[in-house]
Amino acid sequence: MSNRLINILVPVVSIIVGLLVGAVVMLVSGYDPILGYTALWNGIFGDSYSIGNTIRQITPYILAGLAVAFAFRTGLFNIGVEGQLLMGWLAAAWVGYAVELPRIIHLPLAIIAAAVAGGLWAFLVGFLKARLNVHEVISSIMLNYTALYITNAIIKSLSDGGFKTETVLASATLRAQWLRDLTDNSSLHLGIIIALLMVIVMWFLLEKTTRGYELKAVGFNQNAAEYAGMSVKKNIILAMTISGMFAGLAGAMEALGTFQNASIKAGFTGVGFDGIAVALLGANTPLGVVFGATLFGSLKYGALNMPNAAGIPEEMVSIIIALIIFFVACGYVIRLALSKFGSKKEGK
Amino acid sequence: MKKRKFGLALTAVLAAGTVLAACGDEEATNENESTTGEGSNAGDTFSVAMVTDVGGVDDKSFNQSAWEGIQAYGEENGLTEGDGGYAYLQSASDADYNTNINNLLRRDFDLVFGVGFMMADAMGEIANENPDSKLAIIDSEVDAPNVVSVLFKEQEGAFLAGAVAASMSESGKIGFVGGVDIPVINRFHAGYVAGAQAVNPDIEIQVQYTGAFDKADLGKTAANLMYSSGVDIIFHAAGGTGNGVFSEAKERKAKDPDANVWVIGVDADQYDEGQVDADTNVTLTSMLKGVNSAVVDISTRAKDGEFNGGETLVYGLKEGGVQLADSRGAIPEEVMAVVEDYTAKISSGEIVVPEEKPAQ
Amino acid sequence: MEYVIEMLGIRKEFGNFVANNNITLQLKKGEIHALLGENGAGKSTLMNVLFGLYQPEAGEIRVNGKEVKIANPNVANDLGIGMVHQHFMLVENFTVTENIILGSEPTKFGTVNIKQAAKKVQELSTRYNLDVDPYAKIEDISVGMQQRVEILKTLYRGAEMLIFDEPTASLTPQEIEELIQIMRLLIKEGKSIIIITHKLKEIMEVSDRVTIIRKGEGIGTVVTADTNPNELAELMVGRQVEFKTEKTDATPGEDVLLVEGLTVADYRGIDKVVNLNLNVRRGEIVGIAGIDGNGQSELIEAITGLRKVKSGSIKLNGKDITGLKPRQITESGVGHIPEDRHKHGLVLDFPIGHNIALQTYYKEPISKGFLMDYSKVNEKARQVIEEFDVRTGHGEMTPARALSGGNQQKAIIGREVDRDPELLIAALPTRGLDVGAIEFIHSRLIEQRDKGKAVLLISFELDEVMNVSDRIAVIYDGQIVDTVYPKLTNEQELGLLMAGEKRQTTTLNKGGND
Repeated sequence: MSNRLINILVPVVSIIVGLLVGAVVMLVSGYDPILGYTALWNGIFGDSYSIGNTIRQITPYILAGLAVAFAFRTGLFNIGVEGQLLMGWLAAAWVGYAVELPRIIHLPLAIIAAAVAGGLWAFLVGFLKARLNVHEVISSIMLNYTALYITNAIIKSLSDGGFKTETVLASATLRAQWLRDLTDNSSLHLGIIIALLMVIVMWFLLEKTTRGYELKAVGFNQNAAEYAGMSVKKNIILAMTISGMFAGLAGAMEALGTFQNASIKAGFTGVGFDGIAVALLGANTPLGVVFGATLFGSLKYGALNMPNAAGIPEEMVSIIIALIIFFVACGYVIRLALSKFGSKKEGK
Repeated sequence: MKKRKFGLALTAVLAAGTVLAACGDEEATNENESTTGEGSNAGDTFSVAMVTDVGGVDDKSFNQSAWEGIQAYGEENGLTEGDGGYAYLQSASDADYNTNINNLLRRDFDLVFGVGFMMADAMGEIANENPDSKLAIIDSEVDAPNVVSVLFKEQEGAFLAGAVAASMSESGKIGFVGGVDIPVINRFHAGYVAGAQAVNPDIEIQVQYTGAFDKADLGKTAANLMYSSGVDIIFHAAGGTGNGVFSEAKERKAKDPDANVWVIGVDADQYDEGQVDADTNVTLTSMLKGVNSAVVDISTRAKDGEFNGGETLVYGLKEGGVQLADSRGAIPEEVMAVVEDYTAKISSGEIVVPEEKPAQ
Repeated sequence: MEYVIEMLGIRKEFGNFVANNNITLQLKKGEIHALLGENGAGKSTLMNVLFGLYQPEAGEIRVNGKEVKIANPNVANDLGIGMVHQHFMLVENFTVTENIILGSEPTKFGTVNIKQAAKKVQELSTRYNLDVDPYAKIEDISVGMQQRVEILKTLYRGAEMLIFDEPTASLTPQEIEELIQIMRLLIKEGKSIIIITHKLKEIMEVSDRVTIIRKGEGIGTVVTADTNPNELAELMVGRQVEFKTEKTDATPGEDVLLVEGLTVADYRGIDKVVNLNLNVRRGEIVGIAGIDGNGQSELIEAITGLRKVKSGSIKLNGKDITGLKPRQITESGVGHIPEDRHKHGLVLDFPIGHNIALQTYYKEPISKGFLMDYSKVNEKARQVIEEFDVRTGHGEMTPARALSGGNQQKAIIGREVDRDPELLIAALPTRGLDVGAIEFIHSRLIEQRDKGKAVLLISFELDEVMNVSDRIAVIYDGQIVDTVYPKLTNEQELGLLMAGEKRQTTTLNKGGND
């Protein structure tokens, strides 16, 4: 079997296997799988409203996935995307309502504020690793909690004891009436354009610039990078900061697009953690992340329609969705195995 | 290479984790066997539906109470669960409110309830986009002509709970476990403190906000700390998080039948939650919030063409919107007398219970 | 004829690549049979076929005269074939016994019977004079000892035929000697041995017969006693090989590198280079001879800016470069072939082309401003690959990891030499390489010298130092204890100097920094 064929076949087969196992689960528990999957399909693609909301759901996943993937490509494991996202969320919301500027300046400013906030939060992680050799997984996990409670406290004080900030001004919103009209009032917003733009940015940065060459070299082999006169420490800090900026942008999507404010969170949004899976499903490539995010976002959003249209309980839906993702993830393991042993067994 | 393999393994683990986590919830689902009703004729009936907040429909508390109200309304009017009858959708995150409410409207439910403070924004937005729809929100106010806002004077019910707790505490220490630090919960808090201090100005009241409505583990930790420091009665206003308070109390009671630990439940009658064994129960009473009766009330009015969109309905002690549940003998006569006394004073306006939580 | 193993006309393909073609190898009972070939000739493939890791496309395998099909290593084990891998497959924090029984644990009532196993291990160890402590932890014992554990592992499983894959690659000379004794004892006890190697010296010393393969083709089998290293080398490489590197006398000019009073500490803060003086002049190759661990690594790292200098000075063409950053030093004209090509020399996950740009990626024409020009990267790479005869599967896009050690090293040398540095530092440039590659690399070093550049060669191999250097500085305990000329010394004397013995004779005293 040629490599190209395997590349296409493996994810397709994995999704089918995942769907089949999900169907068995539904059958065993007494639900109609055809009805269930029809509901899932309609929940994702059923009408323009669903498509709009599915894309809206995919948007932050793309950016969170890019954040994780970028760090991975440079040899770092950024598990702190969640915290960086929360910081970006708050920063965008604050700039979004607290300053008054024409849209052409206000919106970019709010977006940049989110990237800067997320970037700064990740910079701490990079700095600790480069200067004090603190492992990034530990510091970034801890900074997730710190971010959660700091943003909660700030939102509370900004809103005089309330639980959410003011709504962002029209000059800073990512929402666009024409998009809403196009999709039957879904909450689709312009953020998807930014997300796709960032996909190109990441690709360009890694594949076309000298900095990208350095970052990758440091990621693969710090010793060789040092031998070649690159500053490993500087690159670690930079890589982490850029990763955090992607995460911060994911927060901006929520602040300026989906929710139009920042509210107190009882727990993590989960987008940052799902970003890890998105990145890995996408093999840490920019384009792969788009696919990973599409799978995650579609399933996550479409699943809402399963209790709605097929009467399948929420929990059952979670199991089915998890199974599909599980098999897709396994598919990559299978492929890894195939490509490893394929080279030995080939020509048999 | 190593890293990538690790990464893949991690994906598998994450995915497996999701599966397992989902498995853990499975048990809870089976009771909710729902049938998809074949489209009954929407013309004659008045169908209602609700969207839960993240606590879920089986939170033994607020959402559940609303769902019971919907079910009661449905039975009263001979409706079946499903399209054209009554239904609910559950929200897994804040991002789902909008979609869920929209989905129910698309299924042509005549009246859709949003249960919970956090849903106000989504509700307001949808109300504007669908001016012909009938909507209702509980625990918050939405300024739109087609939305009924339902508020409760939680502080009045909590005042009674505080009075009971202060009267019955042997240690002179009582506790309050709150969910998220938001105005609704602050009202519980404020009333509880006021009621307790009215009975005993020197009472020590420990307060903890867990920051979540769906994290029983946090509730358990909070209760553990309080009971360990000598608190004997805890009032919780924390939705699903409060279930942790019950489990801590029950564990202590099961280990030591003489342990003096009590829980005052919230929203619904949580007597069953406190059941340790056939003869033992740690639920002292519950502060009932008449979400169910409010839901029935509003639905019935809407059915009868008296939908009061744009209004804010406030249910207090006087209106029967809040009250204490039957204590099944746990509260002695003389304390009940005190409760009745305060009930009268609050209903008559002689006592005005504060809404703002006291400064700490 | 009594053959215990016969591999007849074996063919193994990987896609379009034929790794083994029509190779025949016959192992007699009680002999040590060497399998000789360059890196990448197909030796390991052949042995993996025998061990059941690969299935051949053609040919047959006979064990004790009977045709067998070896589907997996378990079948090989059952047939009495055991393999001592080049990279040991041992669990570091298990004991010797635990490692040996791993996979075939003797159980008693469901629990592992360690005592019984340890007793058996002890017996085997005594019988074959292996001197292994069954209860020692792998992480606590030497590399040589770990290899014996691997040997014990095969014996424990009842192996009659043992395959040794490059067994001497990571051993000290003394350990090699001991290994040879062990092999002889194994033969005496009736075992048969195949040893994979490209080291001619060892073959001459230990083997009875030699089978040679070249580029996947079986060249033939010769009796060791009837041949000599030159003939073997020729058979292996396919042409005449020069053991003695041809070169003219050096005509050194002024100092390029001047190290004075250099002191460098290792990562623990212990001084590994102490008050060291050294000079390398234009047009000469200075070899640093010494036993591993006498400060060679620290010396190079200090010169190239990878390690902090505690005191002293390093000058390049009269310019002080002490304490500069690696890039500044590189830019002032230092090329560096690092001692560990995997750790420092290459980014293994990069294509080889990207690796060739490793020192120049930030400069025109490879990049313009912040943009890389990968077409220029590849252009440069193709030129270096061509010029330095780097053999790759897919040209400059081949992952560095996929190249053989020799070709990786050629690419590194190409990269460094292409920049035409004033001083070329070559640290263990031929470690693990076969004769063909070694010859190539030596001639490149000499070429640099002839172009009037300075070359500093660090090597643990006496042959190499003697053959290539114009002047030899002996390092011992962080100091240059003496400087000698290859023509005026011999291996014995160098060996003594390297071991820290002061020179007795005075005839060579003029060496040094004249």
